[in-house]
Amino acid sequence: MDNSIVRAGYGRAAYRWREKRGTLKKAFAAAFPNTIPIFAGFWFLGMTYGIYMNVSGFPFWYPMLMSLTIFAGSMEFVAVNLLLGAFDPLQAFTMTLMINARHLFYGISMLDRYKGMGWKKFYLIFGMCDESFSINYTAEIPEGVDRGWFMFFVNLLNQFYWFFGSTLGGICGSFLRFDTEGLDFVMTAMFVVIFLEQWLKDTSHVSALLGLGISLLCRIAFGVDDFIIPAMIGILGVLTLIQKPLEEGGAAG
Amino acid sequence: MTVAQRLLTIGVIVLGTMLTRFLPFLIFPADKPTPGYVRYLGKVLPGAVFGLLVIYCLKNVSLFSGSHGLPEAISIGVVAALHLWKRQMLLSIAGGTVCYMLLVQLVF
Repeated sequence: MDNSIVRAGYGRAAYRWREKRGTLKKAFAAAFPNTIPIFAGFWFLGMTYGIYMNVSGFPFWYPMLMSLTIFAGSMEFVAVNLLLGAFDPLQAFTMTLMINARHLFYGISMLDRYKGMGWKKFYLIFGMCDESFSINYTAEIPEGVDRGWFMFFVNLLNQFYWFFGSTLGGICGSFLRFDTEGLDFVMTAMFVVIFLEQWLKDTSHVSALLGLGISLLCRIAFGVDDFIIPAMIGILGVLTLIQKPLEEGGAAG
Repeated sequence: MTVAQRLLTIGVIVLGTMLTRFLPFLIFPADKPTPGYVRYLGKVLPGAVFGLLVIYCLKNVSLFSGSHGLPEAISIGVVAALHLWKRQMLLSIAGGTVCYMLLVQLVF
């Protein structure tokens, strides 16, 4: 083969690689500052989650594996309880669907933005946790920065923080010298905060009160171990029945 | 649970989570409007589900025995007060958890 053609081919490849590296650098530099608050939060919550798993009797590779594959913080906390209970994959599956049902609506909001992202789209959907969604949905991506790589790095950094936090917690939990009794309240506290945030955001509190009320009734009627699924069916049923009045009242905007 | 049962449970949770994340992209083509019922659920379901999760966390609390749910009630009060005051998620969670740990270890 003619040497000059080979050289020209190499030159083009090297040029393309340099260009690509420039794109990646720029996207990373734009994405990173957006993830700093999540950095603080995920290390703290991830560590707590890892320690919680550790003191619940799980070796560190459980939080490690779960942070990589599930990557949905609240679900991972609930999973600790599910793993400590009796083997019930159907309950685990339906609880996962209910707790993570909000992802459906993140997905609906992102349908357009993830268009034409190629293989990156798979990871963007796979790693769409609350925090990554909020950043990618609201961030103003600067002109000239590749949108796909920007969102990709937001997801990747967030998952990296969560992964290291929970793995570290899972390893360090066994070296803790203080009494961890009551640490499991971190999950309650987290959901109370999320509930409050949602409450402050909602104009109507009908559905929040229904969620509390129906769950409480089912807890009393069905007992500790069997109330979740009836409560879910009850919530979905009542919300479906009152769709018209609720929407006419403008509550569901 | 055996290790195999635990791994299967984790697998089911992964499957459920991924279903909720991928489903919209599989069933709603981006160029068509989303059905009204789905949009409605997207608006009202989160509030109700978070209510359910709060009750789920408190499912083992008994009002008629032990500490009568007092440490839980006090700590939730602390979480809510901190959150309405500063609106700093981590501060509210950490404050409430430390409060609860002190209560169950030292008081009740």
